Amino acid sequence: MNAPLNLAELRPGFSEPVGDSQSVFRALLTATAQPGTRVEVGKALAPPVGLNQAAAAVLLTLADQDTLVWLEPSLRGGAIESWLRFHTSCPLTDHAEEAAFAVVSHEGLAAQMLSGFNQGDAKYPDLATTVIVMMPDLEAGPNLVLEGPGIETIAEIAPQGLPESFWAERSDLVAHFQFGIDVMMCAEATLVSIPRTTRIQTKGE
Amino acid sequence: MTVTEAPARPNAAPEDRYYTYAYLDEQTKRMIRRAILKALAIPGYQVPFGSREMPVPYGWGTGGIQLTAAIIGPEDVYKCIDQGADDTTNAVSIRRFFATVADVATTEDTSEATIIQSRHRIPEQPLADGQIMVFQVPQPEPLRGLEPRETETRAMHAYAEYGLQYVSLYENISAYGRIAATAGYPVMIDERYLMSPSPIPKFDNPKMHMNPAILLFGAGREKRIYAVPPFTRVRSLDFEDYPFETQSWDEVCALCGANDSYLDEVVLDDKGQHMFVCSDSHYCADRREKGHAGPMAGHALAHIETEIAAEEV
Repeated sequence: MNAPLNLAELRPGFSEPVGDSQSVFRALLTATAQPGTRVEVGKALAPPVGLNQAAAAVLLTLADQDTLVWLEPSLRGGAIESWLRFHTSCPLTDHAEEAAFAVVSHEGLAAQMLSGFNQGDAKYPDLATTVIVMMPDLEAGPNLVLEGPGIETIAEIAPQGLPESFWAERSDLVAHFQFGIDVMMCAEATLVSIPRTTRIQTKGE
Repeated sequence: MTVTEAPARPNAAPEDRYYTYAYLDEQTKRMIRRAILKALAIPGYQVPFGSREMPVPYGWGTGGIQLTAAIIGPEDVYKCIDQGADDTTNAVSIRRFFATVADVATTEDTSEATIIQSRHRIPEQPLADGQIMVFQVPQPEPLRGLEPRETETRAMHAYAEYGLQYVSLYENISAYGRIAATAGYPVMIDERYLMSPSPIPKFDNPKMHMNPAILLFGAGREKRIYAVPPFTRVRSLDFEDYPFETQSWDEVCALCGANDSYLDEVVLDDKGQHMFVCSDSHYCADRREKGHAGPMAGHALAHIETEIAAEEV
């Protein structure tokens, strides 16, 4: 099942766990309350290769023994898995549909349908998966216009590297609100949160 | 009037502290933080959470205290009000609690605060971008008075089956000629979830609509957290022929003369003397400081209020 931890090669987590997780959480609170807002998290972290700083900061702040975490298959079995298990004690799952948090890279999304994640229950929509997507950049991709709760008029982002079908797939899922997934997009130490209430238009449409 | 008190930092050095920062253990904070983020993602939906025992009884603001403890950091400026007043026992105790366990600066000034914890009011001064309002909630379920079973109310929310609530408002009109609810007046969040705004007076309901601050609601005994993100539609339920109305008064504030704030009636003696004063103590004091005067300006009550505030520092 779980491979033994190789402590010799383990990278550190937060240097000040209480204060760091509080400040990261406040950034996540701002990002989620105001979708499209870019926040900086995990700038001081040196996570294992394959996990970017923002994604690492989210996991250190929110994951623990009560949350099932799903890692994209290519992230399993190595340094990332050991690092996560050591610092957060979170159990890992092979089943995307039961995960509280899922970590996937933009390349990994091609093989993983968003509908495979937990969409929540009609009576308990909070059980839906929070999908942490790692990507190269949040400003160099195609422009997106965001509307919805938390946004006064509109917000704009330009995430890079997502599969073409990503936004269509997401919009099919969140059309059935209160069901849907909540996405946190991470590029290096920058994060944008896209909860299921946000309506997205690809520019020009 | 002093706006920001110097933070009391009796336990500033981490090694001197015998409990974790902001009182709650880290795992509890993570659990509450996850609930807050889901609450923001599903505005108005009540997220269940594992409410903890706090050093005050249920009903004294344990839900709000747990929310504050999960979000507060040393950079925050904390304000706590009880029925609008900064200087009531409960508000003073909770404010001192966080000054002690979280090393934060505290204030009575609404515009200076980054976190405003409140029992049953939204301050008169409009909230700003970046502020967080934390509400203490006794009963999070707006439908509870109509349907006692949690299994049923949960299903009603799941299917947006809110007919019963409208029937209740209709019965109000047929019995009293108007919608008689004055506090905890039900609201619809982003046209999906029916929500109890906690027993704030319906006077405050319109302040929630498209407001720039984050609104977080915590019910400690009932173990629920819910939220309204900034710039979210909040509609007080009503009928076309019986539109939503807020309270209004014939009087102005006896101390500061305000005609736009929520007024409390204060009985002065047993001969029928009474006065109306702002429920928002900071708003009233600020206006008096700026030279506004009501019909009973200079009344002894105004002085008592400042003395208590000064003593606390």
